[in-house]
Amino acid sequence: MSRKFDTGGAPHFPPHSTVASVMQQVLYALVPGVVAYVWFFGFGILVQILLAVAFALMFEWIMLRLRKQPVRLFLGDYSAVVTAVLFALCLPPLAPWWVAFTGMLFAIVLAKHLYGGLGHNVFNPAMVGYVVVLIGFPQVMSLWLPPASPADYTLGLGAVLHTIFLGHLPAGMTWDAISQATPLDTIRATLATGGMVSEARESPIFGDFGGLGWEWIANFYALGGLWLIWRRVISWHIPVMTIATVVALGLVVYLADPGSNPAPLQHVFSGALVLGAFFIATDPVTGCVSNRGRLIFAAGVGILTLVIRRWGGYPDGVAFAVLLMNMAAPLIDRYTRPRIFGQ
Amino acid sequence: MNPPLSHEQLERARNAGSQLHHFHGGLRLRHNKKISCELPLEATPLPPRLFVPMLQHSGLSAEPTVKPGQHVFKGDQIGYYGVKEEMAVHAPTSGTVRLLTRRPISHPSGEDGLCVVIEPDGLDQWTQLDPIETWHHADPARLRQRIREAGIVGLGGAVFPTAIKVDDAHERGIHTLILNGSECEPYISCDEMLMREQPDSIVLGARILQRAIGASRTIIAIEDQMGAVDQSLKAAVMKSGADDIDIVKVTTIYPEGGEKQLIQVLTGVEVPSGGRPADLGLLCQNVATATAVAKAVVEGKPLIERIVTVTGSGIRQPRNLVARIGTPIEILVDQCGGYTEDAARLVLGGPMMGYALSSDSNPVIKAANCILVLSELEIEPPQPEMPCIRCGECARVCPALLLPQALNWQIRSQQWDEVLEYGLKDCIECGCCDFVCHSHIQLVDWFRYGKAELRSQQAERGKAEAARARFEAREARLAREKQERRQRLEQKKQDLRDQADMKKKLAESIERVQSRKDGGK
Repeated sequence: MSRKFDTGGAPHFPPHSTVASVMQQVLYALVPGVVAYVWFFGFGILVQILLAVAFALMFEWIMLRLRKQPVRLFLGDYSAVVTAVLFALCLPPLAPWWVAFTGMLFAIVLAKHLYGGLGHNVFNPAMVGYVVVLIGFPQVMSLWLPPASPADYTLGLGAVLHTIFLGHLPAGMTWDAISQATPLDTIRATLATGGMVSEARESPIFGDFGGLGWEWIANFYALGGLWLIWRRVISWHIPVMTIATVVALGLVVYLADPGSNPAPLQHVFSGALVLGAFFIATDPVTGCVSNRGRLIFAAGVGILTLVIRRWGGYPDGVAFAVLLMNMAAPLIDRYTRPRIFGQ
Repeated sequence: MNPPLSHEQLERARNAGSQLHHFHGGLRLRHNKKISCELPLEATPLPPRLFVPMLQHSGLSAEPTVKPGQHVFKGDQIGYYGVKEEMAVHAPTSGTVRLLTRRPISHPSGEDGLCVVIEPDGLDQWTQLDPIETWHHADPARLRQRIREAGIVGLGGAVFPTAIKVDDAHERGIHTLILNGSECEPYISCDEMLMREQPDSIVLGARILQRAIGASRTIIAIEDQMGAVDQSLKAAVMKSGADDIDIVKVTTIYPEGGEKQLIQVLTGVEVPSGGRPADLGLLCQNVATATAVAKAVVEGKPLIERIVTVTGSGIRQPRNLVARIGTPIEILVDQCGGYTEDAARLVLGGPMMGYALSSDSNPVIKAANCILVLSELEIEPPQPEMPCIRCGECARVCPALLLPQALNWQIRSQQWDEVLEYGLKDCIECGCCDFVCHSHIQLVDWFRYGKAELRSQQAERGKAEAARARFEAREARLAREKQERRQRLEQKKQDLRDQADMKKKLAESIERVQSRKDGGK
């Protein structure tokens, strides 16, 4: 007797990966960096991550409902979670809750869904969210903590929650007493008052290359990033080229004028550069597709970051650099098309 | 559009096989071939009815040349298509034609097609055969004619009529014949079994083809994972005494058995986009096609059977069978012990490029290299399609160096000029992009749709061109006719004027004569 079968399209294999599994791996790769972050700066960052994820999922759910998209499918793709975590990692650990709310509103609603949702956004949503709160709330975005070992945390979990949810420090504490400028801020301020980089570096907040604590966090981000390269979730082109550009160009300006330019490795281990190189500039949706295009994209991120740090209005420039290169990505893609077989 | 092939590239093509190269992208897949190689080849029994489709080659369907009730011998032609009958179909056994009917024909489109239904008489009696035993001395044109008459098509799966390829190769001048034994798709082992069990026939086919097209050497390309195959082939070459046949092992990376990829591996030169291997002085044929040629020439037998791999975890006893074209697939499955309990999908071809059949009553066709039955576990769970996240994996694995994700956008938004510019026509439909896509977009389906759309647009354009040409021809004809009419009119007037003149002159001369007469009185 003949038998009937259900049909389906080729290839006839079980799916070997999904968008969700890619996003999950990005999240796993961030774990070492986040652990290091907590070690040096306390629980604040965990609270920021949880808040941002909660707001991101909330906005994602609302937008999916409004756009009549399959809610379960897209909420389960973890893309909003990745956006939220990357955004939260850019925030000062004690920023009030409405910073995460505002950032996620702009990231998920504006930058992502109003452009057509997953895969259709032109700008990196996490960076759009970050830039909005950076420009909108410059004061709260400058309240950074000094690095410390867990034994010396100035704020306990209760105080952290109090500060984030009520928007002010617990009684008896002042921001002047607990907050501290970041290394890039310090260099900038010193240079602005006519000092030298070497003078700025005498501050105890500096470590071997970048800021004390920060350079270790960067190392652990890089570790996660290398794992992503090994897993083929990202290609090496963007992180390597971004960092190489910063080192090469940083070296040129440093050699030209060591007094007013930080050493190249100082640049690499400061601010969001390593996080940006491995996790933010590598966002496939808003970047370039071909390897050549990726190299150009990454070089652009590196150059713009340095230029903004040196001559721009903000101490760090990774977020602006990524957004500017997002704009250039379609053009780069157009001019870096691979040669077709046999042509 | 393509730069002309350099002297150096042509030289490298001439030295094909002397050095191995790489092609871009591709996938390393689990082989899964051993399971079907453990039992020797076995012939499939005569089924109660054979359903021989008329469409078994790329192109249009053949026209049946038999009527219901008619008796046919094994090997009689029962249908053909083409000016030179390059696509012929033959009776796989002797018996009676019962009916001509439309039914499922195992075509990728899933549509029904015309079949000649033959009820075997059980005698399996050959028609009058005309072997060319002295093929060494035979006119190459006669060998090519025989390939045409025998209804031979590319047995690697593309089923392009071999006669057309061979004629073209002969006209263009070919120095190297490449026999493709690198079946790169997982599970399929029909060529491997053929090379193990009938190496002499392959070598014979190679020598005949070489003579038919005027090539000076042959390369038989096999995979490095095929074990003892190269030994058996080498022994066969030795036995034949041929000194112009080389066996080359290539690395197993899907799709290295694709014609263009194999040529790139053997020569390091890319077949020009829109061009053919003949541009490089090469002709590529599947090893099974070579044996079909050998049979057609030396025994005079047309192509009426092929080796089919019946395999997969849905089959109890996977193996390779020699099946007559037109045998229902269920007969083959029965011979392999039937289905396992979790059999869930029936695929004709391999897991990468094969297509799912809805019923095992479909017949074996010339393209049927493999019948793959997969279990629930191997195809589940079906994933919903997500939006493309532009990760670029598809471009990384594409052997044609295309940007599948860009093509996907363009086809969906109907930007046909871009689609052409981005090289859709160079897509070989290998399915690598589909395989790696995180978003489970059915890229190859979109590409097939895009190609069909481009073809129909071209046809439309062709029709429009033809209509315009017709219109212009008509205008020209009308203008010409008008011109001619005017000329005729002018001519008539002139004639009338001439006539009037003549009359006048006549009258005058009559008058003159008259007056002279009068004057003479």
